Amino acid sequence: MKIHIPTPLRVYAEKKPSLEVRGATVGEGLRNLTSAHPDLKKHLFTDEGKLRSFVNVYVNDEDIRYLKNTETAVKESDEVAIVPSIAGGK
Amino acid sequence: MPVDLKSAAAALSNEEILRYSRHLIMPEVGMEGQQKLKAACVLCIGTGGLGSPLALYLTAAGVGTIGLVDFDVVDYTNLQRQIIHSTPDVGRPKLDSAEEKLRALNPYVDIRKFETRLTSANALQIFRDFDVIADGTDNFPTRYLVNDACVLTGKPNVYGSIFRFEGQASVFATKDGPCYRCLYPEPPPPGLVPSCAEGGVLGILPGLVGIIQATEAIKLILGAGEPLIGRLLMVDALAMSFRTLKLRKNPECPACGAHPTITKLIDYEQFCGIPATAHQEPAANANDITPEELKRRLDAGEDLFVLDVREPNEYQIANLGGYLIPLGDLPKRVSELDSSREIVAHCKMGGRSAKAVDFLRQAGFKKVRNLTGGITAWSEKVDPKVPKY
Repeated sequence: MKIHIPTPLRVYAEKKPSLEVRGATVGEGLRNLTSAHPDLKKHLFTDEGKLRSFVNVYVNDEDIRYLKNTETAVKESDEVAIVPSIAGGK
Repeated sequence: MPVDLKSAAAALSNEEILRYSRHLIMPEVGMEGQQKLKAACVLCIGTGGLGSPLALYLTAAGVGTIGLVDFDVVDYTNLQRQIIHSTPDVGRPKLDSAEEKLRALNPYVDIRKFETRLTSANALQIFRDFDVIADGTDNFPTRYLVNDACVLTGKPNVYGSIFRFEGQASVFATKDGPCYRCLYPEPPPPGLVPSCAEGGVLGILPGLVGIIQATEAIKLILGAGEPLIGRLLMVDALAMSFRTLKLRKNPECPACGAHPTITKLIDYEQFCGIPATAHQEPAANANDITPEELKRRLDAGEDLFVLDVREPNEYQIANLGGYLIPLGDLPKRVSELDSSREIVAHCKMGGRSAKAVDFLRQAGFKKVRNLTGGITAWSEKVDPKVPKY
């Protein structure tokens, strides 16, 4: 699957806008992503290993909270987007 | 699904008919739509990057009443993107500068100024007289405050936010649509997500996103088209891509769900984890060194190692000749530092270098100090030839 990395987190992912990772579910994909880029981990997951509440994850255009969360199955052609909250406006 | 306007549609004068002729001849607006715009009251929170194009276009379009909330003063760093303000406005209150431009653009619009920080104490009162709220603020506490106040007063929240070259926009808190808390139930802890002042922002980006907000506000008033209700628009100016993601109303949402627990406005600074003392001057710390003290000791030829923890692009703008290790790289490059020497860490304003000093102390460095106010204070107090940015 292709995972889109949001601007604020690219610094922890070789500055790339997206990365190809393997995995049959969203959770596997994210685990593979954070094991390849360990600095990303604390920005995506709590110490208990849960996705942080200001980080949303979408498969194509659907929020995984309304699918099967990190257990959501993904195909190789699916696009996963990490969308953290941003607040800038001035 | 148009918003319910508080005022009845108002007739247009001949001067207004001429001014709005390009609206009047298109069926999607027409005389009926233009009269709705004239009757409408839109509150713009912030007259900065998003607020500038938002207020300018709403005024040009003939929205009858525009409210502006801001308490800031124009400075030089605003002018790269806040196009409602001009060079001669530097030092003026943003509200006065914005009002002057808007009145010059369209004298038929009523501009109402609220020179205050939006707070839990005043938000409901200010929102009461408006039909649509447009959020152009720049911090998480105010984002949640605006959302909750919109839910409580039943006003749509036309939302936009930006970071570097990426933006988000949506319409929250309509009758059946999701609210900001449905999207993000909780804010990030302070410091984890950088602000525009820390992370920078491409000047045109608030233009793009602010105009999307203006478009949505006008569509809501006209009841035309498909507003961004239940959709999050993601704008990437570098890729020039626009994607929409589906947003759902969370039935368990504490603000707009079936059994809301937020029935009045709360302390949003506390909700966002910002200690009540954050707005006070930081207390002097034994690890601090002032720019004057650093200058005196360097001039005296003392052995001090100046460590710059900013990013390489900031180093290119201005530097004190320090050894550059960006804060994020410090853990893996700490072996480059000599713990027997006295180290003075600095950044732009003193925030990142304070984190560097904490990190180095935990790593066993005994003699590390933080330059208070960073290179900005050095420029102000020691050497004005060093540019501020």
